[in-house]
Amino acid sequence: MPDDGKSISEADTLRVAGREFNSRLIIGTGKYESYAQNADALRASGAEIITVAVRRVNLTNPDEPMLVDHISPDDYTFLPNTAGCFTGEDAVRTLRLAREAGGWDLVKLEVLSDPKHLYPDMAETLRAAEMLIKDGFQVMVYCSDDPVYAKKLEEIGCCAIMPLGAPIGSGLGIQNPVNIRLIVEEAKVPVIVDAGVGTASDAAIAMELGCDGVLMNTAIAEAKEPVRMARAMKHAVIAGREAYLAGRMPKKKYADPSSPLAGLI
Amino acid sequence: MQIMLNGDSSDVPDGLNVEGLLAHLEIPLRKVAVERNLEIVPKSRYADTLLQAEDRIEIVHFIGGG
Repeated sequence: MPDDGKSISEADTLRVAGREFNSRLIIGTGKYESYAQNADALRASGAEIITVAVRRVNLTNPDEPMLVDHISPDDYTFLPNTAGCFTGEDAVRTLRLAREAGGWDLVKLEVLSDPKHLYPDMAETLRAAEMLIKDGFQVMVYCSDDPVYAKKLEEIGCCAIMPLGAPIGSGLGIQNPVNIRLIVEEAKVPVIVDAGVGTASDAAIAMELGCDGVLMNTAIAEAKEPVRMARAMKHAVIAGREAYLAGRMPKKKYADPSSPLAGLI
Repeated sequence: MQIMLNGDSSDVPDGLNVEGLLAHLEIPLRKVAVERNLEIVPKSRYADTLLQAEDRIEIVHFIGGG
């Protein structure tokens, strides 16, 4: 029977904090040429969740384009982030504002450290996650690829663990597949690779490792053709997921002919 | 009166409430969130939250981010 391309992905949904999504791709909304291009890329990607940042309104130019005029929170799940926060207190303050602005309690926590590598400060991330959960937030947490910290974040109640594949914006791909796999095997909540994806094969690798989803921004926004790359990422995430579920063949040391040797003339 | 508005000192009419401030700034109320002296002002309280001189007001919204 021909595959209509939908049957498997419809049955195989991403479930986070009681919500259900058909797409396992989450995309960011930073670094695009314009919000219009961002909206086109979003449509091409098939993503249903987008990350957004919380910032001061530009009071000197109230006519400046607004994200919500191009991408409606009625059509997509907005995942407010804590980019730029370096302490738990900053993160709580920012996300309380986000909750008031949008009314959503599903959030992305990221507490970064050094601007050179943008690695998460894991001790502070753990503390901030505890504060947010206590305040009623559902926390999807950006973290290092350390399986020990990933477990701690899950144990305190984070609803998704989001280890980096490589530094934010680097496009270096999945640098430590062994750790990502360890995190996947240990986790009972969704594991989503967040950061480091550069091109479609990186996204497929993350999914083949058994991740539940991939979150990316720069790989699409800084491609020469962002809308086309968004479409590529959609296919890559689906392909990687399907390959993971299908179960790959074992790797062998020597060749094994595909055509039977019996009956040769 | 003088207030701190998104980090800058700003002169606004006396006796303004939060709803009046947003109207004064021509900011659509639906698309923003407001913090006054580090406390969230819920939308339901915009009309009865009177500003005082020296208040520190933050008005934020969603922008693109990763």
